[in-house]
Amino acid sequence: MPNKQELLDLQFIDARHKLLDLAAFLDRIDRHPGDGDFRIVAMKTALPILLADRPDRARAILEALSDETSEPIQQAAHQGAFGAPSHSKSKI
Amino acid sequence: MRYIEPHAHMVSRTTDDYEKLALAGCEVVCEPAFWAGFDRLSAQGFYDYFRQLTEYEPKRAARYGIRHFSWLCINPKEADDPVFAREVMALIPEFLKCQTVLGIGEIGLNKNTRNELAIFEEHVQLALDHDLPILIHTPHLEDKLKGTRLTLDSLANFSKLNRTKVIIDHVEEHTVSQVLDAGYWAGMTLYPHSKCSLDRAIDILEIHGPERLWMNSACDWGVSDPLAVPKCALQMKSRQHTAEAIERIIYQNPRDFLSQSPRFTV
Repeated sequence: MPNKQELLDLQFIDARHKLLDLAAFLDRIDRHPGDGDFRIVAMKTALPILLADRPDRARAILEALSDETSEPIQQAAHQGAFGAPSHSKSKI
Repeated sequence: MRYIEPHAHMVSRTTDDYEKLALAGCEVVCEPAFWAGFDRLSAQGFYDYFRQLTEYEPKRAARYGIRHFSWLCINPKEADDPVFAREVMALIPEFLKCQTVLGIGEIGLNKNTRNELAIFEEHVQLALDHDLPILIHTPHLEDKLKGTRLTLDSLANFSKLNRTKVIIDHVEEHTVSQVLDAGYWAGMTLYPHSKCSLDRAIDILEIHGPERLWMNSACDWGVSDPLAVPKCALQMKSRQHTAEAIERIIYQNPRDFLSQSPRFTV
């Protein structure tokens, strides 16, 4: 298993690229007209998890972006998925 | 490097992709029945699709020295109309006689509806009636956690189910423990934008170990990569995994699970 230094050598530039892409995406959303929706709310709710001192940040972010209800629904309004639970309909 | 691609939708791919798979060391492709990107309007459409899976694709793969096996079902996206779903399911027993059909899949849930759950359970019973392995799809994105929990709760009601003959696919960090802890196999799907990236799949492997775990490309008509498995193997190598560890996850594990069907040979 590689040590921290080896992993940084291997993957830091890629992780930096992804961090910048996320920052630019948030800037882009802010810069453009109109309302956001539940997806950007969910993303901003999940972002602090990145800085949390815990070993399972990926799992926690996936949980934060999941439908936490437990009962099957009667009927689906659509077939696809949005990436965040649509019952938090807040705008931003 | 040799490997098994245990989940690929080759009906959506070109013949060039078979050549790429063969060049990368792929010896076997397994193809679960799935949603073609649009809803089919008749059971006859599925009859033709099942013929394509059992007659045409094995021949197309064989041209490149690849063995092709399939799994049959009506996928969850088209299973929300139970009358239609049962019409399609009535076709399946005829195709279960085909020598390249391994089991029932990929069944499961899409939007976690009551109808999807009912048809899922009827598929599980069909597999039990024919003593077949089961390949289970878990829902996309925000629906995956709930769908995985509903799937596990439902499976727990089948007292005669041999859990080692069931693989629950598309697990991610928030679902893999539940699946493995319950005694099922777990599949990690390597997608460019959703499901697991190469590195996240390797993280899951490092954290949970290789027992009852496989990885697949689930390549289809959408954003996907038919070479995701060998690319992940290469990434494992760069993260200092041994050749033996790589061989286990991309060849031995899928072989061990799939060999539970007497029709599967490599």
